[in-house]
Amino acid sequence: MITEKKITCIVCPIGCKILVKTDGTQFEIVEGNKCKKGIEYAKNEALDPRRMLTTSALINGGEWPLISVKSSKPVPKEKIFPILKEIKKNAVDAPINSGQTIIKNVANTSIDIVATKSVKKL
Amino acid sequence: MINYDVDVAVIGGGPAGLAAAVSAREHGAKNVVILDRNSWLGGILPQCIHDGFGVEETGTSMTGPEYAEKYIEMAKKHGIDVMKGTMVLQFNKKLEITAVNKKGLHKIRAKSIVLAMGCREKTRWNVMIPGNRSSGIYTAGVAQAFINLYNIIPGKNVVILGSGDVGLIMARRLKFEGANVLGVVEILPYASGLPRNVVQCLDDYDIPLFLNYTVTCIDGKERLEQVTIAQVDDKMNIIPGTEKKIKCDALLLSLGLVPENELASDVGIEIDTVTGGPIVNQYLETTLAGVFACGNCLQVYDTVDVLSADAKNAGKNAAKNLTIQKEDKKISAKIVPGKGVRYVVPQRLSECERVHLTLRVEKPQESSMLRVIAGDKELLKKRLPWVNPANMIEIDVNIPSDTIAFMQSLEVTLDDH
Ligand SMILES: Cc1cc2nc3c(=O)[nH]c(=O)nc-3n(C[C@H](O)[C@H](O)[C@H](O)COP(=O)(O)OP(=O)(O)OC[C@H]3O[C@@H](n4cnc5c(N)ncnc54)[C@H](O)[C@@H]3O)c2cc1C
Repeated sequence: MITEKKITCIVCPIGCKILVKTDGTQFEIVEGNKCKKGIEYAKNEALDPRRMLTTSALINGGEWPLISVKSSKPVPKEKIFPILKEIKKNAVDAPINSGQTIIKNVANTSIDIVATKSVKKL
Repeated sequence: MINYDVDVAVIGGGPAGLAAAVSAREHGAKNVVILDRNSWLGGILPQCIHDGFGVEETGTSMTGPEYAEKYIEMAKKHGIDVMKGTMVLQFNKKLEITAVNKKGLHKIRAKSIVLAMGCREKTRWNVMIPGNRSSGIYTAGVAQAFINLYNIIPGKNVVILGSGDVGLIMARRLKFEGANVLGVVEILPYASGLPRNVVQCLDDYDIPLFLNYTVTCIDGKERLEQVTIAQVDDKMNIIPGTEKKIKCDALLLSLGLVPENELASDVGIEIDTVTGGPIVNQYLETTLAGVFACGNCLQVYDTVDVLSADAKNAGKNAAKNLTIQKEDKKISAKIVPGKGVRYVVPQRLSECERVHLTLRVEKPQESSMLRVIAGDKELLKKRLPWVNPANMIEIDVNIPSDTIAFMQSLEVTLDDH
């Protein structure tokens, strides 16, 4: 099924509203982009939108109750909530260093969850 | 009283203070100390767990805690003294700082001082929202600290007033933590945060953005029960009959930031009423010689990258101040915002040379011409494809030595053509 989508380009501050037609695999710009970069952005947004995911996880025995984390790569948009759920299920033990992987292959995405902060043991 | 003598004392250990301290060391200051009232370094950054920091500076997008850790490591490497849990109470014209911590009262005599106190958030009382004084009303930054540092959720059904970046980011953050975000209410006809945050924090999660709306009433006996929002006209008057009631248990206020400058104004440093920060010259030196300002206490920056770059400049000049023999300044010209421009930093010019200006415009506008004018001379003319008050503009301008006579002013304007 072909649907029309309005995508706000975020490549630069102008923020063009780009209208695209897509069926999930094919993609076509209808109107709205002021430059070429917008085409690439709109294509990714229409066919495979991804986001960096940042949140926090519980940590036991640390100087803080939480440790901030991020995805090692941008995750598919529709995986955001399943990933958050999996992060919530686990608590890690202090100490943890920034950059340390705390969950491997989260929600079967082959993407890892990595600490963005160092939390010392209390 | 515990006494110290230092070359450079930096007040505030956020990204601005850290960058200034590192740069002061790199430029020859031996004895550099950072004073911060928090029990940690990094200022507000440890609670800003989202990414987007350092993109312009390093080419990679870091989270707030990662960015902070990078600078904390540098400060360590440079042997900078750090006094955490230390509140600066005041300093005087002789650059003697009085600070207090658990060990007692400290007097720090500095040759240069760098102000890097950051900013505070505007509260309900800055905008006078009528209604009950129920619990459940937080500034967005406080809610951010609750959620990201202390694992406390401020509410289950949340309305956010103000579409600044902190508010937008909190909308997504609350959604991630399972709360309902019922809407972001903005009095202006456009969002005041970055477009990227409107897309990735609101649109992605179908969070409504009510433009030209404001909160007109807060109801709730003990806890917040509902807010009333209403549309405003182009003069910001409430349009009767447009009221909507929204049931909620928390209201987050993202109304903007106010530079924290009581320390500066108490000692008589002149404050710019528009930026809320000290008036500075191109060396980021305030109207009290030897005292420099940087970071969000100078002006509210959009990104930490530009903030750090300017803060390094302040640190460098604080270090240079140690060796420079102060002769009387030859000139002291004003740099003033003209048509279409809200403010310009620095506000003063002490020497004619190439200077770095940061400024904000009055309103969003397509294709416009930015000019720097001295009397009838045009020093710079630059076409800008697109401007927005939410995006700070940086320009470098050459000021030839014969341009400015004593006390003449330099004007920065924005025109349609
Ligand atoms: C709530 C909030 C959220 C933000 N979120 C973002 C964001 O998501 N992305 C972004 O790019 N920017 C964000 N910002 C902007 C952010 O403030 C800047 O990027 C940057 O952190 C400012 O650096 P700073 O060093 O000027 O101030 P801060 O980081 O605020 O540091 C100032 C420091 O000074 C200390 N201090 C102040 N007064 C005294 C005193 N009298 N004695 C001792 N110490 C003192 C404070 O304790 C603090 O540690 C946010 C700002 C706020 C207020």
